[in-house]
Amino acid sequence: MVEKITARRLPRRLVLYAILVLGASLMAGPFLYMISTAFKGQVYVFEFPPQFIPTHPTIENFVKAWTSNNFAVYFVNSLVVAVATMTVMIVLTSMMAYAFARFEFAGKNFFFYTMLAMMMMPAMMLIFPQFILARNLNLLNKLPGLVVVYAAGGMAFNTFLLRGFFEGLPRELEEAVLIDGGGYFTIFTHIILPLSTPALATVGIFSFLGSWDEFIWALTVINEAKKRTLPIAIANFQGQHASDWGLVFAASLIAVIPVLIIYVSLQRYFVQGLTAGAVKG
Amino acid sequence: MRLHGFQRLIPYLFLLPGLLLFLTWMVYPLLRALQISVYDWKLLPGQVSQFVGLANYREVFTDPIFWSTLRNTLMYTVVTVTGQMALGLVAALLVHQAVRGRIFFRTLYYFPVITSWVIVSLLFKYLFDSSRSGLINYLLVAVLHLLPREIGWLSDARAAWAPIMSLGVWKGVGWSMMIFLAALQMVPLELYEVASIDGAGGWRKLWNVTLPMIRPTLIFVLVMLVIGGFQAFISIYLITAGGPMQRTEVLLSHMYNQGFKYLKFGYGAALSYVLAAIIATISFLQIKFLRRGVEV
Repeated sequence: MVEKITARRLPRRLVLYAILVLGASLMAGPFLYMISTAFKGQVYVFEFPPQFIPTHPTIENFVKAWTSNNFAVYFVNSLVVAVATMTVMIVLTSMMAYAFARFEFAGKNFFFYTMLAMMMMPAMMLIFPQFILARNLNLLNKLPGLVVVYAAGGMAFNTFLLRGFFEGLPRELEEAVLIDGGGYFTIFTHIILPLSTPALATVGIFSFLGSWDEFIWALTVINEAKKRTLPIAIANFQGQHASDWGLVFAASLIAVIPVLIIYVSLQRYFVQGLTAGAVKG
Repeated sequence: MRLHGFQRLIPYLFLLPGLLLFLTWMVYPLLRALQISVYDWKLLPGQVSQFVGLANYREVFTDPIFWSTLRNTLMYTVVTVTGQMALGLVAALLVHQAVRGRIFFRTLYYFPVITSWVIVSLLFKYLFDSSRSGLINYLLVAVLHLLPREIGWLSDARAAWAPIMSLGVWKGVGWSMMIFLAALQMVPLELYEVASIDGAGGWRKLWNVTLPMIRPTLIFVLVMLVIGGFQAFISIYLITAGGPMQRTEVLLSHMYNQGFKYLKFGYGAALSYVLAAIIATISFLQIKFLRRGVEV
């Protein structure tokens, strides 16, 4: 009986995996071709027929990308902005989420629904007033000018994500702290935060990556070459060296590596963060 | 928790720092954009901005470029949303059934979602290079013999949509797959058992059990993708720059250019409010008509 079922299901399994592998090659193919191109010398980039595995592989593009054009500076800029955004986001949204999850206060619903409504707005519609504000506060061409906008932009979503998580935490411990004479700040730092590391990690990862990849705002407010972040630098690279795709993709790969490491090692937090709020039974 | 006296201030203290940042950089700009939209806004210091009432909005609706970019945006949205919904659902159903390798496929399909728009836009620009050694041209002409000769992807207005739209679908499909997967895992197994007893085959189960059960998620994904489709910008900015002859311009690239290329902030702000109104209306209609009979 068991054998019969497996025999009947085998072709079905094969078709299933054949389609999955086809899909996988469509998804991974462009990336693999990008890697291959990054290892090609300039003369081979438009060779016919195109080579999938470079016949004369070279790391010249990586060396050139990293050493020329201040690339190391851009990498550090991106890192500083992403870490700062992540830190600001975790601290501020966890505090807000705690207030929403545990207290009743005047204006609670008003603040809550204002944030909810702002989440539905296209982020780019604020770009003109944000630009004027950044100019008036003397934040143009400054990395903090990027951090404030990235942190404010992701705030609503992350606050809701954390609020949902905090509401699910048991309250008994918190009451025990109050009876022992501890305050609400102690509860927040000693109970809520330590119990919420998975949710905080999710917020951290999403804000880090959001900042690392952001293009439009950085393009708008950063003019000074030394203040560029990676996405701007890479787009500029392509503008300057229009047909030097090997160089452009070597630079791109350097920028993708941190993303790939975070993504593969912290897999489960992605799924958590994505499906929070999206799926209700 | 019940608070007395000074303790009532406690929640506000927790709220204050975040709320300050949020009000400064989100709520205030939202109101400011409304103000800018009724002025002939002068960006340069020392120049006086003139109040012009609804003139900027009138200009939006009489501007032929607005209508052509709206048409382009709608077309981009319809095509990419359909592609992402259909392929995302297929991918989710397949990955869900794959006991072995589920995490591998899920991880791989989702990866384009978290890669920067800049990098994948440049990548697609290269893949769709107009020469015969561009990868897509090479595959279509020399390998698969589907075309007699190579296509100038970026120089022809209609062909230029191919890299832009295929990128939109390719980059987004992993996101809808991930959300659908989570929903599929919530469908109670007993329902399938009951359906089997009633003699339902695979397709019947999909149609009568799976799809109705994940309907709230289907609506959620649809609404979010449509909002996302209206925000297409970076791919177009980097692949075609709206060209040739502004034929691939979309609402956001038009808005951005009006503001930062021609310094028409008033017009740009008016356009941003029109865009927000369009998105809000479409989202509202989708939820109202699709949600019937379901708790979302």
